[in-house]
This record gives sequence, structure tokens and C-alpha cells, in this order.
Amino acid sequence: MSDGSVAIEMSGATTREGRQDLRRVLKELVRNKAALLGLLILIGIAASAIAAPLLAPFDPTLQEVTLRLKPPGWTTPDGQLSLLGTDHLGRDILSRLIFGARISLIIGVSAVALAGTLGTLLGLVAGYRGGRVDDFVMRLTDTMLAMPFILLALAVIAVLGPSLRNIIFVLGITSWVSYARVVRAEVLTLRTREFVSAAQALGGAGSRIVFRHLLPNVLTPVIVIATLEVARMIILESALSFLGLGVQPPTPTWGGMLADGRAYLSTAWWQATFPGVSIMLTVLGINLLGDWLRDVLDPRLQL
Amino acid sequence: MTGYLVRRLWQSLLVLFGISIIIFTILHLTGDPAVLLMPPDATKEDIDNFRKVMGFNDPLFLRWPPWEHLSPPWRFLTDTQYGRFFAGVVRGDFGNSFRHQQPAMSLVMERMPATIQLTLTAMAIAVCVAVPVGILSAVRRNSTLDHAGMVLALLGQSMPVYWLGIMFILLFAVRLNLLPAFGAGSWRHLILPAITLGAFSMARIARLTRSSMLEVLGQEYVRTARAKGLSELRTVLKHGLKNAAIPVVTVIGLDMGTLLGGAVITETIFAWPGVGRLAVQAISYRDYPLVQAAVFTLALIFVLINFLVDILYTYLDPRVAYK
Repeated sequence: MSDGSVAIEMSGATTREGRQDLRRVLKELVRNKAALLGLLILIGIAASAIAAPLLAPFDPTLQEVTLRLKPPGWTTPDGQLSLLGTDHLGRDILSRLIFGARISLIIGVSAVALAGTLGTLLGLVAGYRGGRVDDFVMRLTDTMLAMPFILLALAVIAVLGPSLRNIIFVLGITSWVSYARVVRAEVLTLRTREFVSAAQALGGAGSRIVFRHLLPNVLTPVIVIATLEVARMIILESALSFLGLGVQPPTPTWGGMLADGRAYLSTAWWQATFPGVSIMLTVLGINLLGDWLRDVLDPRLQL
Repeated sequence: MTGYLVRRLWQSLLVLFGISIIIFTILHLTGDPAVLLMPPDATKEDIDNFRKVMGFNDPLFLRWPPWEHLSPPWRFLTDTQYGRFFAGVVRGDFGNSFRHQQPAMSLVMERMPATIQLTLTAMAIAVCVAVPVGILSAVRRNSTLDHAGMVLALLGQSMPVYWLGIMFILLFAVRLNLLPAFGAGSWRHLILPAITLGAFSMARIARLTRSSMLEVLGQEYVRTARAKGLSELRTVLKHGLKNAAIPVVTVIGLDMGTLLGGAVITETIFAWPGVGRLAVQAISYRDYPLVQAAVFTLALIFVLINFLVDILYTYLDPRVAYK
């Protein structure tokens, strides 16, 4: 009984503290113009990805060969404005960009969730167990760092086939290194702290110490890295699409649109330019927000 | 010192071993490499024959039970598929390229100078621009120059490499007609790909140099150096930069990997005849010996560079070796 009431009290305390933390963070956010700009960009892109069918003026896969490579600001015969022009198959570029945001965000967030979970677990185990386990995980991280990442991803996707699921899998399974290294370093310092020794002295099981006592204390750097990694995943996904092994047509992806536009560079600059601008804006938004998160939450973190 | 180097060398060898396992495994991910490698219209008989010729029926890592089949232990090198692959890797032999019918390793070596030339030029440009910009930004903190430099660096970090490359082609080759867009041959062919490839590292190194310098310039030994009347230039370079260089050198070492990987995309955009482009083509032709040779060689170079960076460390910060 008493256990239950203590637990309730403790969780009450954490939410109250959490709320204060949140208010502090929000106040900081309003003060920091760059981070606010980043957040606004991201909200805009996420909103348009979610509401894509409502926002897109045209069907993103609709081909009109007679209306191909029309410049930005061009009006269709039935009076509709094609704000960013059409591509080599007569598809509306703005509509494709809006739908393409979905792929980028889904892959970015899912790959980070996979890599973050994997890396955090490996880092926790390596740091807590030490010895041979630690050696093994560290050599594994060195090995992953040495691999030419794009080639590895390309080769694996060429074998498995370029589906959305496989791309998330490959990106996730190859990018856990930064989490593992940072979490391990944190655990190494936490392990000597009194609350961990106390838990050990009380006979706490290893898994309980790792998940109840260590995990909550390493989450801050993990959140910072995860935020910045979403940007890297989006760039990598677009690079895979660019090299032809991303999510396959007719699904619109930013990298794929860019690759298509390359052939028409001298006649239709807009086809390759706008997808690149979209990627850059998204990544810039994430970087602005992530840099600020790091400065607020964990200034020591060197990334 | 020697103990430290021996330990680092042993770790590097373990990493190379790990890489050999990963690139061996890629081909076997679907479970049946024979189906993957044969044309889709091959008969079942053809596939079975091919499997026998290639030795795909042998066990991957271990013949069961191991105690009967591992005496003498080097039978591992002939009896198992990974054993044979490993024996080849040690000799630098990845087999013949399916497409070119030549040893994969010699094809990679033929293309390697072009990739190294591109990567080193990119890194040189990145360092030569980024380090002075970073130092100036730190010394003139919050000036217009600082702000402009850091906004540019942030933009540089947010751009996909290949898009920057395409924009360069659009501007300098298509519109202004100043530089060639494709191919290799003269130093003019090198400019656009090298800047494209180096841009991301340039941005990262500039930001890191700035933050690292800011930290060092606040230290007491810098104040002492100023107090004893050293010129500002000497203070910043001798006492500031040497100490700020440690994280920067680490990142340069790690970024060589990013650059070797980034070269894959840059070489494809600019039709640069390097290993990256060769590997991308090999992947699309399912030419796995060539893919494996390329990936292993690029990783080997990365491991080598980081080994050298570690030696450089012990010069910059002698405490490292004794940890």
C-alpha cells in the first residue's frame, strides 16, 4: 500500500517539475529567434505533410504530357495556377513537393526511432557491463564508422529491394553509432555516482538499475542527438532516392524529383531547384532547433 | 607510447575483420546469392550449377560439428565460404569482377588515385577556408563577420551535397560557362567537385573551430600569454590554436570518412572517374566482387587515416597515450 502512495507522490512531483521545465524551455524558445524560426519551419512542413491531400492543388502523380516543363507561376488552360511549374511528365511540382514531405518525414523519424533505440541499448549495456561487452560494442562502433555509409546502404538495399520498410531498416541499423558512444560515456560517469551504488547495494537487478536509474539520466543527450539525426536521415534518404535506390516512382520523393530534374537543368532549372530548397529548409529547421536544444539541455555535448 | 600504438594497431585490425564480415554478409542477406546473381530467366539447372561452381553450397562460417572439421584449424580457410573470402581479403584478392572479367582489386586500384585526389583537394579547401573563418569568428565574436560566417556555415550543413553540386553545374557550367561540368583531365575539372564535396566539412570545421577557440581563449594560460606581452597574433596562434586543434583534428579524421563516402555521390554527379562511381555502377550491375573490393578499400583508407590521427594526437596532447 505504502509503496503505491509513494509512487503516486513521486510521479506527481515529476509532472509538476516537468511542467515547469516545459515552461522554462518555451520561454527560452521565444527568446531565441533562430530556434523559433526552425520550429516554425518544421511545423509548416509537418502540417503540409499531414494535410497533403487538402493542400496540394493537383494530383501529384497526374501526368499531362502536353503541359510538360512549364515554368513557375504558369496558369493551366482551365485557369488554375501552377505556382512552381511542372516537371518533365507534366506533373505539378508544388503538389509533388507537398506529398514528398511525407516520405522524408516518415523515413527521418522512423529511422531515428530505430537507430536511437538500438544505440541507446547498446550504449547502456556497454557502459554498465564494461569489460569484454564494452570492448565488443566499441569495436562494432569503430567498424560502423569506418564503413563508407552510402555504399553500404546502397549495396544492402540493392540486395533487399528498395521498399519504404527496407530503407528505414537500413538507415536505422547503420546509424546507431552516435547514440551508443554518447550513452556509454554518460553511463561510465553515472556508474560511480551514489544513487547507482545504493541501488546495487540494495541488490537491484542489473536490468532494473539500467532501465530505472541509468536510462532516465541519459535521455537528454539522446533527445538532442535524435533531433539532429532526423536531418541527417532526411539527407541520406534523399541521396538514396537520387542514386535511384530510394522509394520507387510514382511515389513522389524529394531526392527522386531532384534526380529527374538533373536531365533538364539547362532548359528547366526549377525542376531540380525546388526539391533541393525543400530539403534544405527542412534540414535547416531541424538544425536550428537541434543546436538550440543542445545549448539549453546539454551544453557539454560535442557533436 | 609503444604499448598505446600496439593496442591501437590491434584495434584497427579487429575493425578490418569486422568490415570483412559485414561485406561478406551483404551478399547472403536474402539467403540465396545464386538467385540474386543469375539473370531472372536462368533455368533451375543453371542456378544449381552456378551454386556448385561458386561454392554456395558450403557452410557460411562453420562446418558442423566444428571439432571434427577444424583439425587442422586452417581447413576453415578452404572449407567455409567466409573462410575462403577471408583468405582472399588478406591477400587483397576479391575475385574477378563479373562485368569486367578482371581482378576486382586492380580495377579499384586503377580508380583510387582519382578518388584520393578529389578527397584530399576537398579536405584541403575545406580546412584552408574553415580554420581561418573559425578563428576570426572566435576572435571577433558577435561581429558582422562572425554572424555572416556562421549563417553560411549553417546553410552549408543543411544542404544535400548533390544538390549543391547540381546548383554549381547550373551556375558555373550551364549559365556562366566558366568551368567544365563533367569528367576529369585538368585542374579546372577538379574545382567544382572538390568544392561540392568539401562544403559540408567546411561548414562543420568552421563551427567547431569557432567554438573550440572560444573555449580556449577564455583559459588562464591565454590570459597569462597576453599579460606577459605576447603579440595578439602569437597568443591566438601559438597558445590558442594548438590547444583548440585537438577536437578539430579528430573531426578532420572522422570527416575523411564522410568525404570518402560523399565522394560516391559527388563522383556520380560530375562523372568523376573514381572508386565511388565505379562502386555505384557495380551495385547497379550486381557486380558484387567489385562492390566488396571498393567498400573494403575505402574502409581500409579510413582506418589508416584515423590511426595516423591518433599518432598525431599523442603529439598534440601527450596525456592521451597514458590514459
